[in-house]
Amino acid sequence: MNKQSNVYTVIYIIVLVVVVGTALAFTSMSLKDKQNANIMADQMRQILASVHIAPESDDVIAQFDKYITRQFTVNTKGEETSTDALDVNMAEQVKLPADERSLPVYVCTLGDGSTKYILPVYGAGLWGPIWGYVALDADGSTIYGAYFAHQGETPGLGAEIEKPAFCDQFIGKKMYKNDHFQPVTVVKKGQVPQGDEDYVDGVSGGTITSKGVAAMLDDCLTPYANFLNNIR
Amino acid sequence: MADKVNNKSVFFNPFSKNNPVIVQILGICSVLAVTAKLEPAIVMGLSVIAVLAFSNVIISLLRNTIPNSIRIIVQLVVVAGLVIIVSELLKAYAYAVSVQLSVFIGLIITNCILMGRLEAFAMANKPWPSFLDGIGNGIGYAIILVIVGFFRELLGSGTLFGFQIVPQAAYEAGYVNNGLMILPPMALIVVACIIWIHRSINKDLQED
Repeated sequence: MNKQSNVYTVIYIIVLVVVVGTALAFTSMSLKDKQNANIMADQMRQILASVHIAPESDDVIAQFDKYITRQFTVNTKGEETSTDALDVNMAEQVKLPADERSLPVYVCTLGDGSTKYILPVYGAGLWGPIWGYVALDADGSTIYGAYFAHQGETPGLGAEIEKPAFCDQFIGKKMYKNDHFQPVTVVKKGQVPQGDEDYVDGVSGGTITSKGVAAMLDDCLTPYANFLNNIR
Repeated sequence: MADKVNNKSVFFNPFSKNNPVIVQILGICSVLAVTAKLEPAIVMGLSVIAVLAFSNVIISLLRNTIPNSIRIIVQLVVVAGLVIIVSELLKAYAYAVSVQLSVFIGLIITNCILMGRLEAFAMANKPWPSFLDGIGNGIGYAIILVIVGFFRELLGSGTLFGFQIVPQAAYEAGYVNNGLMILPPMALIVVACIIWIHRSINKDLQED
């Protein structure tokens, strides 16, 4: 048989691709459940990180069930729409106009009995998506904690948004100023925002990522205005 | 290379005299990227060993059937398939590490060591020597990753495997972690230091 002929080459590559494709499909199918469980547990870990709880990796689900006492989604009018916040795909939601979104809310009851509202945010950094969770006190205004993460921001520059040095600046900032709802913004160090909203310093050298965080907070938290008004 | 390959030298040569990283200077990209901490460096090393060994064996088994005109494509398909399997396994069983390694597992496909070994060795040798060659080169790569990861994590973060090594008292006395160690350029400098030491021991490797 002539191994250099076109027919042989074409058949060879078709067989090879079918075999490799089958092997990959099989691997993917058989590991899917375990991977989804990992992704879910990772999401829970991030949500808990916004209220300063860092469980061991095998303890995440138990801790999540312990502290997150209620989860639901609301619409922009502040009405509850469903009871499954974890299944909401933030990447898809932020593409919708604000009044069509499902807005997830996680209600967290801490050891001391205080209630926190955790709101997810999702936006774009310099190289890829950035996301996070903002935990508010029961007054619906004071930030109790914030957690940010990114997919591929520059290490040492934009990637600093995930560090406590950046996230912890948000603690104590207010979403309501003079009875007026305004999400906290991020400005270049040494500057102040044009409005009277609370602000934190951006990451030096990570200007675009910092602006992305500010835009993300504005875009994702503004739709919660009515909901937060109701709980105040 | 002689017709009859010496299995022992096939296995051990890549550790030092023919190390893929510090002698052939291949796979430098991932050495820079994944060695800021020791744990991802070890996982990356193990992943490369696994992919290299199995792709070498598979290509060696197929070597007499592969049409010459598409041999690189065949090699790529095999490597890409194995890399995706490794990546899926990590996502299922070592999620945190797979997040840390992110794209670099996928980029094993483009690691020059793999294509180099497949073209230079597996295409011309039987499966068993090819398997040893894959393991040997994988270990040669992993050794360098671990050495670089060790120094970068120890000097850059003061930890090893995430455990604090540098005592708190040292920080109180004014010791500061070297933040530069975390950044990619220091990986290059550490690799250069390893090459320097290695060449000064093995004088026959020194160029004029």
